[in-house]
Amino acid sequence: MRHVSKLFSNGTLALKDMSLDVQRGEFLSLLGPSGCGKSTALRIIAGLGAPSTGQIDWPSSKINSKGLPEGDVGFVFQEPTLMPWQTVWGNVYLPLRLRGVSKRDADPAIMEVLASVGLADFTKSYPRELSGGMKMRVSIARALVTKPKLLLMDEPFAALDEITRQKLNDDVLRLWRETGITVIFVTHSVFESAFLSNRIVVMRARPGQVYADLPLITSGVRDENYRTSEEYRATTDTVSRALQEAIMRGAQAK
Amino acid sequence: MTDAVPMSKASAEAGTDSQVAVVVSRSSVGERVLSIVIPVFMVILAIAAWQAHIMINQVPRYIMPAPLDVVTALFTDWGTLSPSLLVTLRITLMALSLALVGGVGLAIILVQSRWIELALFPFAVILQVTPMIAIAPLLIIYMPDTQSALLTCAFVVAFFPILSNMVAGLKSVDHNLLNLFELYGASRWQTLIHLKLPSSLPYFAAGLRIGGGLSLIAAVVAEFAAGSAGKGSGLAFRLLESGYRLNYPRLYAALVLLMVTGVAIFALTSLISWAMLHRWHESALKREN
Repeated sequence: MRHVSKLFSNGTLALKDMSLDVQRGEFLSLLGPSGCGKSTALRIIAGLGAPSTGQIDWPSSKINSKGLPEGDVGFVFQEPTLMPWQTVWGNVYLPLRLRGVSKRDADPAIMEVLASVGLADFTKSYPRELSGGMKMRVSIARALVTKPKLLLMDEPFAALDEITRQKLNDDVLRLWRETGITVIFVTHSVFESAFLSNRIVVMRARPGQVYADLPLITSGVRDENYRTSEEYRATTDTVSRALQEAIMRGAQAK
Repeated sequence: MTDAVPMSKASAEAGTDSQVAVVVSRSSVGERVLSIVIPVFMVILAIAAWQAHIMINQVPRYIMPAPLDVVTALFTDWGTLSPSLLVTLRITLMALSLALVGGVGLAIILVQSRWIELALFPFAVILQVTPMIAIAPLLIIYMPDTQSALLTCAFVVAFFPILSNMVAGLKSVDHNLLNLFELYGASRWQTLIHLKLPSSLPYFAAGLRIGGGLSLIAAVVAEFAAGSAGKGSGLAFRLLESGYRLNYPRLYAALVLLMVTGVAIFALTSLISWAMLHRWHESALKREN
C-alpha cells in the first residue's frame, strides 16, 4: 500500500507536500501536536475530502467511484459515532446494509466481529445503555465487519479514561495480530503510539509535514510487562524527543 | 408521599469498560398510581365545584348550565352533535395526514439543495404568517365546496410546524455519521432512508404534536370564519347555532366534544412519538441519576 505526495489547503495550509509509504500489515502511528494535520491526512486517505494536489495510490486495482479500494477501508472516528436509534447489532450491520447484504447473510459476520471485541452479549442493547469504552468497541466492530485490509483510527481513545484506554489498546493490538490488517492510528499520545505501533511517523505543524519516521522493532510480546519494560521506556524517550523537536519547529515557523 | 426507593444506579457510574449495561431506573408503584389519581381527582373536584356553584347560586341555565345539564344535553342532542363531530374529526384528520405527507415531502425536497430551499421557502413562510381567519372567506369562494375550503385552512395551519421541524431535523444530522455514510459510499437515497429520516424522528414527533393540535383548532376556527350550515356542518357551526338559540347546555356539550377530541389527538400523537422514540431518544427517557 503506497500513497505518494498530497498537498492540501483549505485557506490554511493543513498539509504541505506530505509523502508517506505504508507497508502492508504495518501498525503505523501518526503522532503530532494538535493542529499538525494528522487527522486531515487520515481523512484524505479515507476519501473524506479530496487533496488539493497530489494523490493517493492504492495497490488494489478495484477502485470505486470515490477513489477508494472497494470495501478495503474501515474508519474509527474520535467519537463512537453510533446511530442512537439502532441496536449494537444494527450499528455494526450498517456497512453491510449499505452494500445490500441481507440481515440473514450479514448475521454470522456481525456476531463474529462482536465476539472479537467482547460484545457478543450486547447485540440488542442501544448505544445509550453502553459505557464509553463499549461504544468505542461497537465502533471498532463496525469498522472491521467488512473485513477491510486497512483500518484508519482517528484518536479513537482520546476521550476515554486511562484504564479503559489500555484495555482497548490491548484489544486493538490483538485484533491487529489476528487479522494481519494494516492500521494507521492517529494519536497525540506518545505512550499509546509507542505501545501499539511498529512504526511511528511524527508530524510537525504549520505546515503539516512528516518530521520523523521511526521504525520500532520490539523483540518481545507487547503486554502488561512491556508497559513497564526498559525497552518501552527507551522507545517513549526517543519518540518524546522527536515530538518535542517537531513542536519546536512548528513554533519557529509561526 | 411515597417512601424513598433506592435507585438502581449501580451500573450508571461504571464508566470504565464494565460488562454491565446501565439499568433504567423505575419509579415506584405508589408514585405511578398517584400520577394518575392526582390529575383525575383535580378534574373531578373542579367539575363538582362548578356544579355546586350553579346549584347554590341558582344560576339560570341560559347563562351557564350545570355539568349535569351538559351531560344530559350530550345524550339528548347526540343525534345532532355526532354527525357534526364526525365532520370536524374528518376534516381534522385529513388535514393532519395531508400536512404530514406534504410537510415531510417538501422538507425532503427543500434540504436537497439550497437553491430549492431559497426558491420555495418564501411561499411556506407567507402561508404561515397570513392569518388563516382572514383568508378563510376567500377560500370559501375559490374552493368548490365548504368542506374542501375548511380542509385547506386546517391543512395550511398544520403544515408549517411539520415542515419547519422536519427541515430542522433533516439538517441537524450528526456530521460524523454523514462522514461515515460517505465513507461507505452510501447513495443519497440510502443516506436519507437510513440516516436522515431516522435521526429527524424527534423533530417529526414535535411537528406531529404541534400540527395535530393546530389542525383541530384550525378546523374549528375556519368554520367560524367561513361559516357553514345545514347537514355537512361541523361542531363549530353547532356552537354558533346553539349560541343563537340560547341553548347553552348543547353549546357546552359541543365544547366538551371538541375538548375530548383535542385531548384524544394529543394522546394519540404523544403515543406515536413515544412509540418512535422511547427506545433511544433523550426526550422519551428518564434521567438515570
